[in-house]
Amino acid sequence: MIIEYVGVKEINGSLIVMDGVKGVSNEEIVDIKLENGTVRQGRVVQIEGERIVVQVFEGTRRISLKNTRTRLTGHPMEMPLSPEIIGRVLDGAGRPLDGLGEIFPVKKANINGTPINPVSRVYPKNYINTGISTIDTLMTLIRGQKLPIFSGSGMTHNDLAVQIVRQAKISGADSSNFGVVFAAMGVQKDVAEYFRKSFEESGVLSRVVMLLNLSNDPIIERTLTPRCALTIAEYLAFELDMHILVIMTDMTSYAEALREFSSSKGEIPGRKGYPGYLYSDLASLYERAGMIRGASGSVTQIPILTMPNDDITHPIPDLTGYITEGQIVLDRALQGQGFYPPVSVLPSLSRLMKDGIGEGYTRVDHQALANQLFASYAKVIDARALASVIGEEELSPIDKKYITFGRLFESRFVNQGFTENRSIEQSLDLGWELLSTLPRAELDRVDDALLDVYYKG
Amino acid sequence: MNNDVIYGINGPVVTVKETDSFEMMEMVYVGAQKLVGEVIGITDRLTTIQVYEETTGLKPGDPVTGTGAPMNVLLGPGIIDNIFDGIERPLKAIEEQAGAFISRGAAVPSLDPQKRWAVTMKVKAGDRLEEGQIYATLPETPIIEHRLMVPPGLSGTVVEIKPDGDYRVMDTVAVLRDDAGESHELTLCQQWPIRTARPVKKRLAPTVPLITGQRVMDTLFPIAKGGTAAIPGGFGTGKTMNQHQLAKWCDADIIVYVGCGERGNEMSQVLDEFSELIDPKSNRPMTDRTVLIANTSNMPVAAREASIYTGITLAEYYRDMGYHVAMMADSTSRWAEALREISGRLEEMPAEEGFPAYLPSRLAEFYERGGRADVLSGGEGSVTLIGAVSPQGADFSEPVTQNTKRFTRVFWALDKSLAYARHYPAINWINSYSEYFNDLDPWFRENLGDEFVEYRNKISALLQEENSLMEIVKLIGADVLPDDQKLVIETARAIRVGFLQQNAFHAEDTYVPLEKQKRMMEVILHLHEKAKEIVAREIPISKITELGLFDKLAKMKYDIPNSRLEMFDEYIAEIDDKLGLLML
Repeated sequence: MIIEYVGVKEINGSLIVMDGVKGVSNEEIVDIKLENGTVRQGRVVQIEGERIVVQVFEGTRRISLKNTRTRLTGHPMEMPLSPEIIGRVLDGAGRPLDGLGEIFPVKKANINGTPINPVSRVYPKNYINTGISTIDTLMTLIRGQKLPIFSGSGMTHNDLAVQIVRQAKISGADSSNFGVVFAAMGVQKDVAEYFRKSFEESGVLSRVVMLLNLSNDPIIERTLTPRCALTIAEYLAFELDMHILVIMTDMTSYAEALREFSSSKGEIPGRKGYPGYLYSDLASLYERAGMIRGASGSVTQIPILTMPNDDITHPIPDLTGYITEGQIVLDRALQGQGFYPPVSVLPSLSRLMKDGIGEGYTRVDHQALANQLFASYAKVIDARALASVIGEEELSPIDKKYITFGRLFESRFVNQGFTENRSIEQSLDLGWELLSTLPRAELDRVDDALLDVYYKG
Repeated sequence: MNNDVIYGINGPVVTVKETDSFEMMEMVYVGAQKLVGEVIGITDRLTTIQVYEETTGLKPGDPVTGTGAPMNVLLGPGIIDNIFDGIERPLKAIEEQAGAFISRGAAVPSLDPQKRWAVTMKVKAGDRLEEGQIYATLPETPIIEHRLMVPPGLSGTVVEIKPDGDYRVMDTVAVLRDDAGESHELTLCQQWPIRTARPVKKRLAPTVPLITGQRVMDTLFPIAKGGTAAIPGGFGTGKTMNQHQLAKWCDADIIVYVGCGERGNEMSQVLDEFSELIDPKSNRPMTDRTVLIANTSNMPVAAREASIYTGITLAEYYRDMGYHVAMMADSTSRWAEALREISGRLEEMPAEEGFPAYLPSRLAEFYERGGRADVLSGGEGSVTLIGAVSPQGADFSEPVTQNTKRFTRVFWALDKSLAYARHYPAINWINSYSEYFNDLDPWFRENLGDEFVEYRNKISALLQEENSLMEIVKLIGADVLPDDQKLVIETARAIRVGFLQQNAFHAEDTYVPLEKQKRMMEVILHLHEKAKEIVAREIPISKITELGLFDKLAKMKYDIPNSRLEMFDEYIAEIDDKLGLLML
C-alpha cells in the first residue's frame, strides 16, 4: 500500500521540510495533495536520515503545517516522450497546455539526462546558413553548436532568433527531419505569442515543441523548463534522427530562479548571490548540444540571455561564455542608430567556425576575409576613439579612410532587413567590396594570392 | 562486518552516521551501483563522502563500502594514446559498455587487462634493485618505450625473473625479496595515490627551455622544462587554442592534456586533430605521445576536482622513467570552482568570493609537483605544468588568478582587446612575464649566440617604448610625434604584426624554429637601426615607409619558409640597397 505523509515540519520559500520519511531516494518526485484537492509536485533535494527537504514546483502558497498529504512516487522527474510530441504546447514542467490531452509515452526519460561520453561525440563541422551576413561571415553557426545571443532588455534578440529559425538551412535537414524546441522561461505572454505567431507565419509551427513558463508562472518550475526541453530535443535528435534547433529564452530568468531556490535552501552564495554551482548547472544544460556517433540527428542550441545592465561581465553572461562555443553580442548603440540586427562584431565569436568554413564548406577566402574584417573594424574603433578627442578633421588620411569604412560596414554589412536573406556568396562579396575601400597595404591578414583575386580597390 | 549505510544526501555529498570504519581520503563505493567516492571529512557523528558520480536515486540505508586505500590510479602500459575520465576510467571502454551516454557505476578496468605487451627484462636473478629502478621495458607506442620501475619504497634482491616475452598488465614478471625477507611480486603495473607526489632523487634547476615554436612564448616569455606557467584570459581570448598549440608543438616527450570542466566538443576536436596530426620529429601521429583526461563541464563535479591530480600523477610516472612531460590543465579555474562547490556543500566558512580558505595551499601543492629532477631510475626527467585560468569577468584580480600568479613563474596574460582585433596569440606583451630569464639565458647564449638575448631585449624595449608613446597618440594623434618616435611606432607595428602575431592555421607559421625566430628579430632590428640613421639626417620618415619595407617584414612569416632561412640575407641586402639610395 502507498503511504501518505500528513503535514510538513517547516516551510521556507519554495521548500518544505518533512520528518519521519522512510525509503526516499535522492531527487525523487513527490505528489503533494492539499486539502482543497489540488495536487502539486515536488522534488527531494536533500536528505538527512528521515528528514527530507522538498522543493515544490508550484510554490508553497496556501500550504500549512498540516493541510497536506504527501506521497512518494518512487522515481525521479521524468518526461513522457513520443514522436507525437512535435507540434505540442506544454507548460514549464512538460505538461500539456493545449488541451489536446496527455502525451502517450513511447518511453520516459529522466529530465536531467546523462552526460555524452566525449569519445562518442562527433566534432561539429557542418555550417548552418542563416542568411545573415554578420553571423554567416564572422561567427558562423555550426550544426551541433551552442551559440547564445547576449542581448539586453528592449533589444531585437527575439527578431533575430525568429529570423534564424526562418532562414536557417541545415545541411542534411529538410522539412521532414527539421524541428524546433522552444523553451520560454519567465518571458512575457506577448513575447511567447510573438514567437508562436512567427513560427506559424514561417510555416514551421507544426514542427515546433513549445514549453512555456511565462513570467507569472511558478519560479521553481522554471528550473525544470530547459531540462524538459533538452530531454525532448535529445529524444528527437538521437532517437528519431532529427535536426533540432533549441531556442531557450531568457537564461537570465532561469539563473534568477536558481538563485531564489538556492538562497531559500540556505546555501552559501557565490558571486552576486548566485549559487557556487551556477557554472556546473548551466553546463549541464549547454553541454546537451552536439552530435553523437551512430545517430544522424543533431541538437543545436541558441540560448538568449539579457545581460543585466548590459554588463557582459555579469556572472550569467560570463559563465555562459565560458561554456558555450562563442556568442553573438548585440549592441544598444547600433540599435539606437536603427541598425538591424545590431550585432556587435568585435566581442562576438564562433569557436567552431574555423573547421566548418573554407574550401568545401563555404569558400576558400572565408577565413582570411573574416580575420581581416575583424582586424580592420578594430582599427575603426581606435580611429573613432581618437576622433572623439581631436576631432575627425584632424585625423590622418588613413584614419579617415577607416572612419568611412566603419560607416559603410555598419550600415551595409551589419545592417540587414528582417526579411532579407543573403546567400553566403553575397555576404562574402560584400565584405570584399567594403574592404576594397581601404588601401591594399592595410590588409595585412590576407595572403597576396587571395588579394589578387578578391581585392577590387 | 561492514554495515555502514547512507544517512544523508546533499548534491554530490553523502554522509554516514556514527561509524569509525573509514580513513580520511579513503576511496569508497556508495550504493548498490557502487558509485566511486572519497572520504573528505570525519567527525564522531558523521563521516562525509564526496561522490564522483550523479547521486540521483541514492537512498538512506544504501550500503557504503570502504576499500582501505586512498584514491589510487593504476600506472602501467596502455596509458598513452588513451582517453580517461577524471578518475582514470577509459572512456572508450565505457562507450563500449554503455553507449554514447555515460551511465553510472561503470566498472571498467583502467588498463586493458587482456592486452599482451612484448616485455624485455633488464635484470637477472640475484641482482639488487633499489626503489624506482627499471626492471623491464616494453614498447608502449612506436615512439614511447615504457619502463617498468620498482615501486617507490621497495628494494631488495631479484629472486625470480621471467624470460622475455608477451605478458599482460597483471602478470607477475619478477619476484623481489626485500631486506626483511619478504617477497614482493612485480607486475607490469603499480598503484599510486593521486594526492601524493612521487619521489625523485634530486631536484634540478630549470635551465633548459621548453621549446614551443610559438614566437611570443619562446622569445619574449620563455618557459623552462620543469617550469610552471599560467595562461589567464576571459572567454574567447584563446586559452584553449594556446594550450592546443603547446600540446601539438612543444618539445616534450609526452603530453598529458587534462580537459577539466571544459566543453565536450573541444575534447572531440582534440581527439580528431591529434590522431590526424603527424609529429614532425617522429613522423607518428600526435596521439602516440599523448594522454587525454576529459572531464567535461557536465560530468560530475567531484571527479573534476580529482582529474587534475590524476593528470599530474600520470605525468610524474612518465617523468620517473626519464621523460620530459608537459601537462596542460584546461582550466584550473574549473577545478577551483569544483573545490568551491564541494566546500559549499560541506558548509565550510568561505574566504574570498566564496572560495574555500585552503584554495592557495591546494594550488601551491599542485604547482609544486612540477619540476626538473634526477629521477630514481637514473637519468633526468621533468614535468612542466601549464595551467589555463578562466578569470570571472576577465578580471585578473579575482582569487584564482591572483593565487595562481604566486605559484607559477610564467604568466601569459591573454588580452580581450587583442583577441577582438584577432591578434593571436593574444598574449599581452606588457602584462605578461617570465621569471626564467636568468635560468635560461645561458642556454640561449650557448645554443643561439649572445645576439639572441640582445635582440630579445631590444624588441621588448621597443614594445615598451611604443606602449608609452601610444598614450600620447591616443590623446593627440600620431601626426604630431617627431620622426624618431614615429619610427618606433612603425617598427613596433612590424614587430606586432610580423613577429608577435602567429597564425596557427598556416602550415609554415604554426611552428617556427628558434633559429628563424632569431633571424626575424634580426631583420626587423636591422631595418630599425638603418632607418634611425636616415631619420637622424632629417630625411622625412614618409620616404622610408613609402618603400614598403615595413609591410614586407610584416609578411615575412608567410613569405620565408622555415626551410629557407638564407632568404633573410636577401632581405637584409634589400634593406641596405633601398635605404642606401635614400642616403645619397
